[in-house]
Amino acid sequence: MLQEESDLSLIIAQIVQKLKGSNLYAQLERQAWASLQRPEIKLESLKEDIKEFFKISGWEKKLQNAVYSELSVFPLPSHPAAPPEHLKEPLVYMRKAQGSWEKRILKSLNSMCTELSIPLARKRPVGEQKELLNKWNEMGTDEPDLSLFRPVYAPKDFLEVLINLRNPNYENGDSLSFRTHLGLIQVPLKVKDIPELKEFFVELGLTTGQLGIDDSTQVPPELFENEHVRIGQKVLAEQDSAAAQQYIRQGSPTALRAELWALILNISSQPEDILYYEQLKTNVIQHDLLVDSLIYKDVKLTASNDDYYFVFEDYLYQVLLCFSRDTSVLGHFAYSSASPPKSYIRGKLGLEEYAVFYPPNGVIPFHGFSMYVAPLCFLYHEPSKLYQIFREMYVRFFFRLHSISSHPSGIVSLCLLFETLLQTYLPQLFYHLREIGAQPLRISFKWMVRAFSGYLATDQLLLLWDRILGYNSLEILAVLAAAVFAFRAVNLMEVTSLAAAEAVLADLSTLKVMPLLQIFLFATVT
Amino acid sequence: MSRPKQNQNYKGHGLPKGKEREQRASIRFKTTLINTLMDVLRHRPGWVEVKDEGEWDFYWCDISWLRENFDHTYMDEHVRISHFRNHYELTRKNYMVKNLKRFRKQLEREVGKLEAAKCDFFPKTFEMPCEYHLFVEEFRKNPGITWIMKPVARSQGKGIFLFRRLKDIMDWRKGTAGKKLTSLEAQPARSAVNSSGSHDTRSSDDQKDEIPVENYVAQRYIENPYLIGGRKFDLRVYVLVMSYIPLRAWLYRDGFARFSNTRFTLNSIDDQYVHLTNVAVQKTSPDYHPKKGCKWMLQRFRQYLASKHGPEAVERLFSDMDNIFVKSLQSVQKVIISDKHCFELYGYDILIDQDLKPWLLEVNASPSLTASSQEDYELKTCLLEDTLHVVDMEARLTGREKRVGGFDLMWNDGPVSREEGTPDLSGMGNFVTNTHLGCVNDRKKQLRQLFRSLQGQKKVPS
Repeated sequence: MLQEESDLSLIIAQIVQKLKGSNLYAQLERQAWASLQRPEIKLESLKEDIKEFFKISGWEKKLQNAVYSELSVFPLPSHPAAPPEHLKEPLVYMRKAQGSWEKRILKSLNSMCTELSIPLARKRPVGEQKELLNKWNEMGTDEPDLSLFRPVYAPKDFLEVLINLRNPNYENGDSLSFRTHLGLIQVPLKVKDIPELKEFFVELGLTTGQLGIDDSTQVPPELFENEHVRIGQKVLAEQDSAAAQQYIRQGSPTALRAELWALILNISSQPEDILYYEQLKTNVIQHDLLVDSLIYKDVKLTASNDDYYFVFEDYLYQVLLCFSRDTSVLGHFAYSSASPPKSYIRGKLGLEEYAVFYPPNGVIPFHGFSMYVAPLCFLYHEPSKLYQIFREMYVRFFFRLHSISSHPSGIVSLCLLFETLLQTYLPQLFYHLREIGAQPLRISFKWMVRAFSGYLATDQLLLLWDRILGYNSLEILAVLAAAVFAFRAVNLMEVTSLAAAEAVLADLSTLKVMPLLQIFLFATVT
Repeated sequence: MSRPKQNQNYKGHGLPKGKEREQRASIRFKTTLINTLMDVLRHRPGWVEVKDEGEWDFYWCDISWLRENFDHTYMDEHVRISHFRNHYELTRKNYMVKNLKRFRKQLEREVGKLEAAKCDFFPKTFEMPCEYHLFVEEFRKNPGITWIMKPVARSQGKGIFLFRRLKDIMDWRKGTAGKKLTSLEAQPARSAVNSSGSHDTRSSDDQKDEIPVENYVAQRYIENPYLIGGRKFDLRVYVLVMSYIPLRAWLYRDGFARFSNTRFTLNSIDDQYVHLTNVAVQKTSPDYHPKKGCKWMLQRFRQYLASKHGPEAVERLFSDMDNIFVKSLQSVQKVIISDKHCFELYGYDILIDQDLKPWLLEVNASPSLTASSQEDYELKTCLLEDTLHVVDMEARLTGREKRVGGFDLMWNDGPVSREEGTPDLSGMGNFVTNTHLGCVNDRKKQLRQLFRSLQGQKKVPS
């Protein structure tokens, strides 16, 4: 009991600490001072009256949402004496692996820089600044020569690193047994099995209504859809983050999705936020970063060529270029296993006083990075709001998809979860694919790293991301990947090469996500 | 022509009743087009291609053949041909405007101003050079707006230019009124069209060729188009007309939005790449990457709008579009020679403005059937297959169907209503039209069910 209490008070103290520096605190303070004018506030019962006022005026709700937001993101401290690295990543070998991966990336970036003799950052001449400002809304029309730039790494390079991860403390003997893991990931992390997943994803069960299934044309809307929309509107009217998160587990109606996601991520476009975005925009105008060319190249190679996202090309630049200059993103490194790369002012290598984080937000984009933003363009059209939503999605979820950690939503766990599900429930398929040299993870890795963006049809993707927000976990990506393999199992059993297997799974655009998940979790005989 | 009041569900859509239509052993088809159409025709079971001068039962002809041969060709009762003799009443911009204006006046006289206002989906247009003075009057009433000059009978964006000053077209007019018009082929680069918008009559050699007098229309340019991603787009929708008297029209659920490759701005009215969204023009733009395709399927477009404006606004927009299709067809109903052998698949070009009001740009009698991508290929083959199902050379349909594959019966000598029980999102009262533009198109399933039930009916002895 005592332990729990002290844990709780520690958490409370930490959250209070965090919120004290936030804008909400200043607003609450202002509101409290202003409320003193009100007749119902009496000196004798000042504290209770102000609390009552907050409750009625909706400020308590806002505070609740902020606290809930912190709880969702910030990991619970395991032990008061735990060093900060443990918050990032408790396992030493994972930290080491992430560290060496980062060194490789930075080396690759630096060598590209030297080869092309382009500085990592430079100030733009005034003429160029003016030009960029004029072209801000149509940067997609620019066709700079990007042929010499290569993406710093692609998902398959990252996969190779994960395959070679080993826990030095783990010895499972040379002999093969039924417990031997047949997949590529060979680290002993704990992942959920289907009974546990059924419990975790209970709202996706067969007897609960879902958008993505129970809103199809054959089903009369009175059965589920109308009521669900009504509840959604009520949730939005109440402005309750926690309720929204619970609600969205059954999917979000198209018309309400933008607002619901903003509520869950606790994003409200305040004037300060718009100003902040404008400031980032000014930074982009004034300075040119090498990373910008990588972003350009990525957008041109991926989103611009996509049949559906090409329209949003300009928005992608506006978001990603600002993102790379946003130092507030550095905050997420406190709970990410990754660390921001450091660069040194010319000639001062190794001297800490001359070290800067490069890029300013500490995130080096890789091939396909822009696909995290593209689906959001479907929902948000105002650049600063779109930016905020993307940033929050990144620091809550997406960063876990390209850093090495033991977190259950981290990519390593997702890969392991995927392989374990496949091996346990589709052993024949797994064994067959392995025999023909088509390890399933080699095909599904890219889906998971991109959270399926660009592979599924947009409406299906948004239904999937609804559930990521609802369950505050990325595990659903691994479950979906396994469900896709289960769905195409018959065809996959007949292929005889990796290329043929890739061909069977090349086109996911016709898949309906929710029925696949439901069948895999709840309707398959195990 | 009095219409007996009856439940629309039981009204046939034009197939001869009572008489048993003969089933043909094989259907001989002819076409000069080599694209998706040829694939569809060749794969249709029981259809045989005839070459050269052989006799045919079905001809997907092009317009020039029609012009020269239709009047001298005898066709048996069962024979079908893919155009109406004088379709140009609808598809040539100047005739369409005339017909629409006349229909509008008629509506105002007979029904009232409110109903007539429903015809205001066509931007103010003046035929040149005969309505030049009327145009100048309108021009002077609205200084500073942009106008667009379009040749009446050309396609793919050829010959179009924008202007804001009368001076830009004065020179053009001097060269054309009463005289034979020299060639006005627009060059892809902006070189032949000089900065004031007029065409340089001295430049190329082919100007000396004899070209018949060409008519143009001057139309008010819609300056506030709805933009997605900063880009202008227009919608291509397919309407199949099986007869004009009585008017029977089907609307296809699929279609697409065609995007301009460059960002919309009114600053550069000379940049035809910005303003013209035809894929043909976009293909010549320096920005064009063939892989891009610049198209969105209508389903995608409808979802995008719904997530931005809500389902009611979208429902209103789509029912306004239904209104465009029906009124435009009604306006030429009495003028077009309604031959029972003819049917026509029209491609409607619609532009949406920022207030979510749809505008009719033009109607094409020969919409492009060439596919620009795999998705496009599938859309067009399904469209053509379903067209052939509705034309029903195989005499399988009963004539009472409201849906065949991706086609919904939109107008059957009167509005056609949806099945009972569908939610009325448009707020128009009890009547919801039987159109599903941009909605789910589960045509394969529907066709399977349809033909299975038709088989079943045939087995029952009559």
